[in-house]
Amino acid sequence: MSSGKTIVSTGVTLAIIAAICTALVAATYHLTVDRIAANEKALLEQSLEPAIAGMLYDGSVSESRLVISPPHDLPGSGAAIIYRVYAEDRPVAALFVVTARDGFSGPIRILLGVDAAGVVTALRILQHRETPGLGDTIELARSDWVLQFDGKSIGDPVIGGWAIRGDGGDFDQLTGASITPRAVIRAARDTLIYFAAHRDEIFALPATEEEQ
Amino acid sequence: MTSAGIIKRLQNGLWHDNPGLVQLLGLCPLLAVTTTLVNGLGLGVATLFVLTCSNGLVSATRRWIKPEIRIPIYVLIIASLVTCIELIFKAWFPTLDRSLGIFIPLIVTNCAIIARAEIFASRNPIGKSIVDGIGMGAGFAMLLIVIGAFRELVGQASILSRLDMLVGGEPFDGFSFADSGLLIAILPPGAFFSLALAVALKNHFDSKR
Repeated sequence: MSSGKTIVSTGVTLAIIAAICTALVAATYHLTVDRIAANEKALLEQSLEPAIAGMLYDGSVSESRLVISPPHDLPGSGAAIIYRVYAEDRPVAALFVVTARDGFSGPIRILLGVDAAGVVTALRILQHRETPGLGDTIELARSDWVLQFDGKSIGDPVIGGWAIRGDGGDFDQLTGASITPRAVIRAARDTLIYFAAHRDEIFALPATEEEQ
Repeated sequence: MTSAGIIKRLQNGLWHDNPGLVQLLGLCPLLAVTTTLVNGLGLGVATLFVLTCSNGLVSATRRWIKPEIRIPIYVLIIASLVTCIELIFKAWFPTLDRSLGIFIPLIVTNCAIIARAEIFASRNPIGKSIVDGIGMGAGFAMLLIVIGAFRELVGQASILSRLDMLVGGEPFDGFSFADSGLLIAILPPGAFFSLALAVALKNHFDSKR
């Protein structure tokens, strides 16, 4: 009898404290939700900026998001994201956010901008965990290495040229790191091949609905 | 609580019973995020806030909490506070939030916090518990800042890099002293060396007294 009472009273205590804690979190959420959404949108547009710098386009790039669910031929096993850029309904560029899984430590998130003709507008590293001082020179903040992708396409260089010089390719290496640049170059090459094969489809598909 | 008592509690957290240097609690975030002073400061302030509030809340509710369910309740209180601070960081310090990454939500599992709830706040009045939270939190934050500054100085030969994550404005690379530092200080082994050095120094000072 008394143990039954204990269970009830203990449960009630736990429930009351859970309710108070939930209220606290809910209040904080309401205070911050708008700022967080604005921050995320600003961050996204800021990170896409280098790939569309100097282009004329209509509307908001972040609203033309297309999510490609696996399986697909893009780098990475998870979903890939493509932002489409249009001017007067004509395709201008596609911005790929893909993941290279074969880096030195952990996935490397890459932004690759491709114009309508399949030429790279910019490549940037969005996120990585490569070794500080060695592999992290793929960041633009640390070296100019990523700038050599500008203006490249499938055919320039030819497929065999999409490798570091040490492997007989056309791309500069990074001192002390070879796995990292190989992963980035391979991801860029595979993305361009995917773009060439699916170009019309990419620009024709409607934007993927936001999940609520 | 007398002012002498308050000072004694604060001294306890900052030095004699410092959660990082003496109790060796909460080492996972301590070792992982202290690559720069700003990172250490950010996580230190977040932990200080959570520790102070959780001590206050645990102490305020101690009368109704039966010993059998105290642990779930502590976890509930701490997890809620951490969720709040995570939202606040995402809203006002988004770059710092990204730099600290998973370690903000992982404050939930910082054993220094639940240890203070269990050892101190559950047995002491609310004022005393809050002071204890401030002292312990400040002690932990101080250690994060010192180790962060040390690793940044040695590893990057700079100080206060990415201060913009706290105060806003243009990306700031810090005050640089040389082109490159001793890389190992930023890598995980450097964290262990730095902590060992800090513990050794503290013991050295104490033994001289």
